[in-house]
Amino acid sequence: MRIPARLAAPLLTAALLAATGCTATAEERSEALRIVGPFEVHSLDPATSQAFFTRLEVAETLVGADINGELVPGLATEWTHESHTTWTFELPHDAEFHDGTPVTGDAVAASLAKVADVEASPLSAIGIDAITGDEHSVRFELTEPFLTLPATLTHYSTMVLAPSSWDEDGHVTDVIGSGPYQVDHVEFPGSIEVSAYDGWRGEAPAIERLTFQSVSRPESRALMAASDQADIVFGLEPAGRQRVEAAPNVEMVSALQPRTLLLKVNGDHPVLGDPRVRLALSKALDRPGMATAVLREDDLAATQLIPPSLSAWHDEALEPLTQDLDGARDLLAEAGWEQQSDGSWQRDGETLRLSLVTYPDRAELPALATAIQAAFAELGIGLDVNVTNSSEIPAGHADGTLELGLLARHFALVSDPLVTVADTFAPEGSDWGAMNWHDDEVGAAITALLRGAEGAEGEEHRRTVVEAVHEELPLIPVAWYRMNAAVNSRVADFVMDPLEHTWRLSGASWQQ
Amino acid sequence: MTGIRRTGEVLLKRSGQALGVALAVSILCFVVVQRLPGDVSYRIAAGRYGYDLVDNAAAAAVAAELGLDRPAWQQFGSWLAALAQGDLGRSLVTSRPVGEELAFYLLGTLQLTGAALLVAILIGGSVGVLAARHPGSLVDHLATTWVASVRALPPFLLGLLLVLVFSVQLGWLPAVGHGNSTSLVLPAMTLGLGLSGLVARVTRETVINVWSSSYVQFAHTRGIRERLVLLRHVLRNSAVVLVPYLGAQAILLIEGVIVVESLFAWQGLGHALVHAVFWRDIPMLQATALALALLVVSLNTVVDLIVLRLDPRPRRAGALA
Repeated sequence: MRIPARLAAPLLTAALLAATGCTATAEERSEALRIVGPFEVHSLDPATSQAFFTRLEVAETLVGADINGELVPGLATEWTHESHTTWTFELPHDAEFHDGTPVTGDAVAASLAKVADVEASPLSAIGIDAITGDEHSVRFELTEPFLTLPATLTHYSTMVLAPSSWDEDGHVTDVIGSGPYQVDHVEFPGSIEVSAYDGWRGEAPAIERLTFQSVSRPESRALMAASDQADIVFGLEPAGRQRVEAAPNVEMVSALQPRTLLLKVNGDHPVLGDPRVRLALSKALDRPGMATAVLREDDLAATQLIPPSLSAWHDEALEPLTQDLDGARDLLAEAGWEQQSDGSWQRDGETLRLSLVTYPDRAELPALATAIQAAFAELGIGLDVNVTNSSEIPAGHADGTLELGLLARHFALVSDPLVTVADTFAPEGSDWGAMNWHDDEVGAAITALLRGAEGAEGEEHRRTVVEAVHEELPLIPVAWYRMNAAVNSRVADFVMDPLEHTWRLSGASWQQ
Repeated sequence: MTGIRRTGEVLLKRSGQALGVALAVSILCFVVVQRLPGDVSYRIAAGRYGYDLVDNAAAAAVAAELGLDRPAWQQFGSWLAALAQGDLGRSLVTSRPVGEELAFYLLGTLQLTGAALLVAILIGGSVGVLAARHPGSLVDHLATTWVASVRALPPFLLGLLLVLVFSVQLGWLPAVGHGNSTSLVLPAMTLGLGLSGLVARVTRETVINVWSSSYVQFAHTRGIRERLVLLRHVLRNSAVVLVPYLGAQAILLIEGVIVVESLFAWQGLGHALVHAVFWRDIPMLQATALALALLVVSLNTVVDLIVLRLDPRPRRAGALA
């Protein structure tokens, strides 16, 4: 009678726990570099692949970017433009795709033509007449001058794939790129395995195999980093970061990203249309306090919209945005609002109450939204916070119902910030930028920059944009952003690229 | 003969039920998605392109491509027509056939729930039998404490505790993952341990009842060895009560699966369902809900069939009639 009961529990535990455990992981550890991050792999298609295949250096874009965001040769060795509407990109003679076929101008042109129609790719914003190729070059004929074409060609959606990547219906069935690594296996939505490609035209990578695994819970990612189960872990939350910092054999690496956490403000709103109210809201925010509490780093408090890492667009001379509750009250009073005995504000019988939309894709945003709610409450302004899908912000922009949106804006989606700045402050507004706000001087300055204004003139135009935006606050900056990763000490020569153009692992090696 | 006829009856009844449930779930699911707040095309574009690149143009392109501007009944009609031909459609986010994705996630969930049930039966069953043998003893009290503690711990916390002990401290098992045999252990333990408390409780009560029954007393009187009495009489008779109970619990496991799958990055239906809702991936959502509903019906069918095998009484009743 006692036998089954006595044996069952220990047998089960032994069977489940000890079975194959240690050997499998130890074996893997000796070969592959294990990358863990929050994002899921949905698709092989360039526009919807969310940059996995360029970051893993499977596919290349024509133009690359170094860690300072400067353009460098990618798949193209050099590029020239005869007029501002005709661009030629030269291809290397020894490049080949992972199926062994040579990288020809025709193949590149065919690959890029497919993405040029996809609305979500920045390439679709350019008026393209034709993309043609000959043996070793690709030619773009544009309908209008577009000086930032090379910068746009750093975007992952413009990665070049071999013709054999697509099936007859136009779906990508295999990612056959031309980079140092080739795809071994993709398991949607969780993992990608790649290995070094023998025919790579450059220096063979020191690390031969890479695996990427998607882990959605930040707690799980932190535990993996701390317990030697991953070599590079992206997207750690502040709480998890402390755990990782305390662990031996792991180092936190970080870089300031050209990303700003900001409040998008509806400029047509009866309350928020008044710049004095926007300024009052800005003065209500204790940015260093919020940065310390949420991002665990007071340096990340935004003193102006564009972070210092984009030096051309960051102006040290601007007066920093700081908290000033008395100043905020004066501004609200000036705008016609009267403070009631209970602390709230009223104008013509209407109470000042606003709503804010944000999304959980970046863990910091909901926490910041709560901090903003508390800061506004201190000033006497009620704020309803709605944490939902990120798409509610552009949807609210389109139907005009959005009041405030808290979002993270990347100012160098393509490596020249001008492209993003121009979109952010486009006169008709921008889904992830200004809403119902425009300024003729800003518009003129951006147009001049897009037409190629350089040197002192370019600097003058940039200053016009930056100053106007700082004064009018169509977007209220809250914090800058630091990208971090936990890196295991067995990895050497890891360089963090704040633009995430690639994860630069072909240049990394194992610690000797 | 009667056994086969009864099996046939069960299968026929359950197939009818499956059809009804499938239709009801599909309609309900479609109505619910249509009533959810937010614009569907924006959500889908966000799932496809990532939030940095979702804008009005991308959403408009998605709506045009997928025909989302058609009236809802037309969209539902075409989905149903395709389903009747065995075509679940393509995912709106990944553009891959839903059938393939569903098979992958379903396998993941079946592996996880199967392993979790095994853990629950082995641990819960053993604890229950032990406690039942000595009611009121220290072992019984310990068992009660076990039941209360595993039941009180939410799966998320229990999972993290198991990761801390077995993965971080001892380094025996991978914390998360999907695909190799070892990565199944922790999520299965999390779900299984949570369930084992109730299994232990029910086992204890049932075994005590059966043990004190006249046929077991009689078996003892006949001088049959204790171990044989337990195996032949007590366990089999207890199983008639336990199997339907476990069937009901397995259905409840689906709820825990959602949390546990996301904590351990285990790819299963729960994970897929949450993402499909978040991105308004309607075909994927419909298919996942359908699969879960049919899973419940299949589980009930399996329980019916096992009970039919274990319990001879209805068969005899059929033979006598």
